[in-house]
Amino acid sequence: MSGMNNGKLVEIRDLRVDFPNPSGFTQAVRGISFSLGREKLGIVGESGSGKSVTGRALMRLLPQAARVRAEALRFDGVDVLAASEQQMRSLRGGRIGLIMQDPKYSLNPVMSVGRQIAEAWLAHNKGGRREARDAALSLLEQVKIRDPRRVLDSYPHEVSGGMGQRIMIAMMLAPNPDLLIADEPTSALDASVQAEILKLIEDLVSERGMGLMLISHDLPLVARFCDRVVVMYAGQVMEELPARDLHRASHAYTRGLLDCMPSLSRKRARLPTLNRDAAWLEPHA
Amino acid sequence: MSATTRREWLLSDTPSSRSQARWGRRYQLWLAFRRNWLAVAGLAVVVLMLLLAIFAPLLATHDPGAQQLANRLQPPSAEHWLGTDELGRDSWSRLLYGGRVTLGMVVAVVALVAPLGLIIGCVAGYAGGMVDKVLMRVTDVFLAFPRLILALAFVAAMRPGVESAVIAIALTAWPPYARLARAETLTIRNTDYIAAVRMTGASPWRVIWKHVTPMCMPSLTVRVTLDMSSIILTAAGLGFLGLGAQPPIPEWGTMIATARRFILEQWWVPVIPGIAIFTASLAFNLLGDGLRDVLDPKQR
Amino acid sequence: MIEVEHLNVHFGSNHVVRDVSFRVAAGETFGLVGESGSGKSTVLRTIAGLNAGWDGRMAVAGQALGPRRDRAFFQRVQMVFQDPYGSLHPRQTVDRILAEPLEVHGIPDAESRITRALEEVALPRTARFRYPHQLSGGQRQRVAIARALIADPSVLLLDEPTSALDVSVQAEVLNLLSDLREARQLTCILVSHNLAVVAHLCERLAVMQGGRIVEILSEAELRAGQARHSHTQDLIALSHELEG
Repeated sequence: MSGMNNGKLVEIRDLRVDFPNPSGFTQAVRGISFSLGREKLGIVGESGSGKSVTGRALMRLLPQAARVRAEALRFDGVDVLAASEQQMRSLRGGRIGLIMQDPKYSLNPVMSVGRQIAEAWLAHNKGGRREARDAALSLLEQVKIRDPRRVLDSYPHEVSGGMGQRIMIAMMLAPNPDLLIADEPTSALDASVQAEILKLIEDLVSERGMGLMLISHDLPLVARFCDRVVVMYAGQVMEELPARDLHRASHAYTRGLLDCMPSLSRKRARLPTLNRDAAWLEPHA
Repeated sequence: MSATTRREWLLSDTPSSRSQARWGRRYQLWLAFRRNWLAVAGLAVVVLMLLLAIFAPLLATHDPGAQQLANRLQPPSAEHWLGTDELGRDSWSRLLYGGRVTLGMVVAVVALVAPLGLIIGCVAGYAGGMVDKVLMRVTDVFLAFPRLILALAFVAAMRPGVESAVIAIALTAWPPYARLARAETLTIRNTDYIAAVRMTGASPWRVIWKHVTPMCMPSLTVRVTLDMSSIILTAAGLGFLGLGAQPPIPEWGTMIATARRFILEQWWVPVIPGIAIFTASLAFNLLGDGLRDVLDPKQR
Repeated sequence: MIEVEHLNVHFGSNHVVRDVSFRVAAGETFGLVGESGSGKSTVLRTIAGLNAGWDGRMAVAGQALGPRRDRAFFQRVQMVFQDPYGSLHPRQTVDRILAEPLEVHGIPDAESRITRALEEVALPRTARFRYPHQLSGGQRQRVAIARALIADPSVLLLDEPTSALDVSVQAEVLNLLSDLREARQLTCILVSHNLAVVAHLCERLAVMQGGRIVEILSEAELRAGQARHSHTQDLIALSHELEG
């Protein structure tokens, strides 16, 4: 994948992340590589697969103690590992937006929704309070909130989970980012709301020509909303494939994940379980 | 068992008995605690002071009550390591015996206060409703009085002495523990693991005693250790005001009180017990801080 | 085995369960499906005796349930919670957690029962003296299941038992639950938001919305898409869509 950083938003080559434990280091990510343009990329894996750590490493949001090494870890040409803290600040919440799982914990409970969005807008745009408020209103309209004027003055505890997630998205869109990282954006939501939110993210991403990194444990869901899927297991990439070819996935892990889900259309007395094969993991130092 | 195999036994991920699991957990806590050298220093000083107090009869060079009026207010010397007081009594010996009284009072207060506050707080928090309201209003009443004033009134009404001082301090010290235990219990009682214990059919008493109180213990322990210094100061304060230990019983606060007249000329006489109080308070505070880092799950 | 008639539950001024009635036959597994806030978990917790403030009639094995449950009830009815991280006491070893119900009910022979319970849920012997934080999510849920079954209940209440688990672990736990149900002739109520999970385990299910049961249908009807109520049809359509 060398020489492809032209037009590539994200380039990751041989990324390794280790966390200290009492007796040395735990390898959370063990040498993964992929790149991302202005497209929708899904990163799928079970808990502990290192998918969230990968997203956070790109924004340099990991705890101090974590050891991050990579041959290349670049966002639009900027070397994330070598960038100054100031450069990183303009990336985080500026050129890269992060949407997390539960809006309940990522919105400030004592600040009105309108002010939070306005703050986010002011942090990366020039303008006065009035303009910020107008911008907030238009952002709430863009995330298809009915009655945005009322929501502007409400507080996070007064809105539902789905609405909270829309507000979160509006905040992330305020600085007009190039890349949206959505880390399990809908796991805390009902299935009906889940579909709406993902549709919204999908529309916004294609309208604005952003890149999307959708991190999730839900393989079918990711396949429906993304162009490409990277399947991770135990800190390594098992397989990378176009989303529409998911049902033709070749790797035993991907196949196993798809197969072990109960299905509404097919009745099975027992569910096949996943036999984890040690050979899936390439030997790495 | 050699040191390395003992360490492996303690750190094993797959303990094979109840006691191994328990000791393994304790060892992990100790390892975490050990990293904070200030806390370890605090612990060392506390242990040292307790040992000095316990072995006072062996370590004292003189009878703490023996007066030698010819040798009043002597500076430290080979004969009297820390000098003598206004009645010619050996300060080093009095300091050791005084430690017995002062630290003994602290231990007695804690032994009275911690279980009381824990039970009242846990019951109030777990039961809720009327029980909670009544218990908490009683707590508020005690909390409303300034600590020293209430203790003063209580001791004044009774005979001044070590026992009344202990009871007086205990009376004013338990409400914060009850509040703390209640606050912890309120969050604990709505967790699924308590619901699961209730589903076993355990009685409320069993739930509180076996499952709620162990979860309150860490924060309570931390709070108690941090409060030790203020208990020492209150005990010393009562002694200083003549309402705690009565002469000739040596007690650090009383020792300062009787020697305060000499602060300018023979400054070492009041300063020595002052240093003892200061060191003990500081040591307990450092220990408490260290314990909080290790035990309090919210800080981890 | 379980009868619920005209159950209403209030949380303060909130009327969260409205006039819910259903019956579960002995040996049957009954599903409660709905979105968050539909009241499905509240129904389950009310049967379990974890909620006060209800009216209506509930009976288990022919015995009407009062505001307080006796020890015999808890020997007959047990529950598995959604979050295996939250439902195990963080300061107790697996051994201690499993011993608790035996102590409460005065059941002798704790040693062999605990060993057997661990075997039954396929946990290694080495897990016995571990603390919950030393176990994986799936192992924790196995401990929770072992705890629920150790005093030999006949009714098992399952509150989203697999929704906090990875799909591969979910498959293992679902298989375990169906095996145990078979072996022990358990009557179960399964609460879930996932139609596919409910269809996998349950013979019949009730669909809830806004605190009411809008429809009760069989697993076959569910799979065939023969739902009468529009909310059920929506849920089925969505579920098929997400399966891809």
